[in-house]
Amino acid sequence: MLKLEHIVWDAPDGRRILDDLSFEVPDGKLAVITGPNGGGKTTAAKIIAGLVTPLSGRIFLDGEDITALDATERAKAGVSFGFQQPVRFKGITVRRLLEISAGGKVSEGKLCDYLAKVGLCAREYLDREVNATLSGGEIKRIEIASVLARGTRITVFDEPEAGIDLWSFTNLIRVFEDLRRDLCGSMVVISHQERILRIADEIIVIADGKLRERGPAERTLGTLLSGTDVVAGCVKQEEMFR
Amino acid sequence: MSEIRINETTKKLLSEISDFSGEFKGAYNIRENGACAGRRSSEHIKITSKTDKPGLEIRIDPHTAGETVSIPACVTHGDVDDLVYNDFFVGEGADVVIVAGCGVHTETGEPARHNGIHRFLLGKGARVKYLEKHIGTGKGIGLRSIDPVTEAELGEDAVLEMDTAQIGGVDRTLRQTKATLGKGAKLFIRERILTERDQTAQTEFSVELNGEGSGVDLVSRSVAKDASHQEYHSVIIGNTACTGHSECDAIISGSATVNAQPELHANSEDAALIHEAAIGKIAGEQIMKLRTLGLTEEEAEATIIEGFLS
Ligand SMILES: Nc1ncnc2c1ncn2[C@@H]1O[C@H](COP(=O)(O)OP(=O)(O)OP(=O)(O)O)[C@@H](O)[C@H]1O
Ligand SMILES: [Mg+2]
Repeated sequence: MLKLEHIVWDAPDGRRILDDLSFEVPDGKLAVITGPNGGGKTTAAKIIAGLVTPLSGRIFLDGEDITALDATERAKAGVSFGFQQPVRFKGITVRRLLEISAGGKVSEGKLCDYLAKVGLCAREYLDREVNATLSGGEIKRIEIASVLARGTRITVFDEPEAGIDLWSFTNLIRVFEDLRRDLCGSMVVISHQERILRIADEIIVIADGKLRERGPAERTLGTLLSGTDVVAGCVKQEEMFR
Repeated sequence: MSEIRINETTKKLLSEISDFSGEFKGAYNIRENGACAGRRSSEHIKITSKTDKPGLEIRIDPHTAGETVSIPACVTHGDVDDLVYNDFFVGEGADVVIVAGCGVHTETGEPARHNGIHRFLLGKGARVKYLEKHIGTGKGIGLRSIDPVTEAELGEDAVLEMDTAQIGGVDRTLRQTKATLGKGAKLFIRERILTERDQTAQTEFSVELNGEGSGVDLVSRSVAKDASHQEYHSVIIGNTACTGHSECDAIISGSATVNAQPELHANSEDAALIHEAAIGKIAGEQIMKLRTLGLTEEEAEATIIEGFLS
């Protein structure tokens, strides 16, 4: 179980970005975090991954306080994080990245599995470098594969669907559903997409650095789509594109 | 002469700079401390000693296909200053691999230096892959220097791929590469350099694109650590309709310094020349990403550098 308690974070310019944020994600559950741009979702995810240190508040993994652990220690303790903007590396191949993720040498078959899950052909991609020649959608899929290869207790994806085409989107949803089924931990997906919100066990709405709403998917989604809330706009927009 | 008589240090150096496993496949010449320690010509590749100065003439017959010629040079103790001139004549339509690594080793306070001057004459349509790996080893405080000079003349439609790496132990280096390209000729250069402690590396490229449709692609990647210093200077001259691209990417850490001076000269309106240069420390987000995969900061840095120089 993942638990955030009274998290506060200020930007270097002094602006309060996260303001007493608390929520928890029980084992075996998929929580989807949504909310307006700039609301603090990515910052919250980075606080979970240990990339940002909160000013105050605590983070718990299975009841254990992990607030003082740095990014490496959190990763080893069982936290994975898929970046909203994946990082590119000159000279590091997809194979190498996935092997680092998996924590050592892995069989060709396993590597293929990770890539197949995100709709990439291993033969074409394993020996390519994770550099600027990969398209936005390709690097995003590789980022997701790098998280899948870890298989940890806590998995956080930051807008995994961004840049992924519609056909693959359906498959991506299946990946999350599979992951939830096989999961012996908690999963957090940050998303603005209604189709991802629909597979959530719980929806968490963050706006202005605060927990705006939180509840079972059906109920929260209903409120969001009814348009009475400020954050309804971003979810409704997606409807227009469908 | 076909028997190989080399010392243990040379053996070790050879395994680092070439795929030596007690033997070479194809034609070879091993130079050890300025003397020949083994040579073999093949049916299509003839290696002979120069008569006017130290060095070799390597003649590759026209249309020789799929052969490799290795001419490694090793300096295995201090107080050696080796100078050698090797000329390659690559016949029309030949397609070969040339391996010319160099290792310098010193266990004493005396300096060890190798200075190889390599000239390549590529006939029409010839294709050469030229691999050059340089290392320095040994615990001696004597300076290990390697100062290679490479001069290439590419005939019509010739292709030269030069892959050169110097990733450790060489204290001083001045690397000079000059090339002139004929019609439709292509030159690809991949250079990787790592300097640490108080090492210095200076690298100079000068490429003249004289033939219509000729092109050069020059990629240099370097890592400068500790208090080391690197200088990069490239000159690409486009005299006709041609393409030139150079890219100099450097990662610095510690108190290292890097100076990059790319020069492009377009002497024709149809010369398309591009240069890209980037110098900086490892991007923080790269380290962050690898840490979220469980690597420590040090492991992340080492992984990034290893990939960058691969
Ligand atoms: N290092 C920083 N310095 C200054 N401001 C920051 C920093 N990090 C985040 N912010 C600000 O904090 C706010 C929240 O950013 P965050 O990236 O968490 O939003 P988000 O909810 O993920 O938005 P989006 O939906 O657009 O991805 C934004 O206003 C952002 O500009
Ligand atoms: Mg975000």
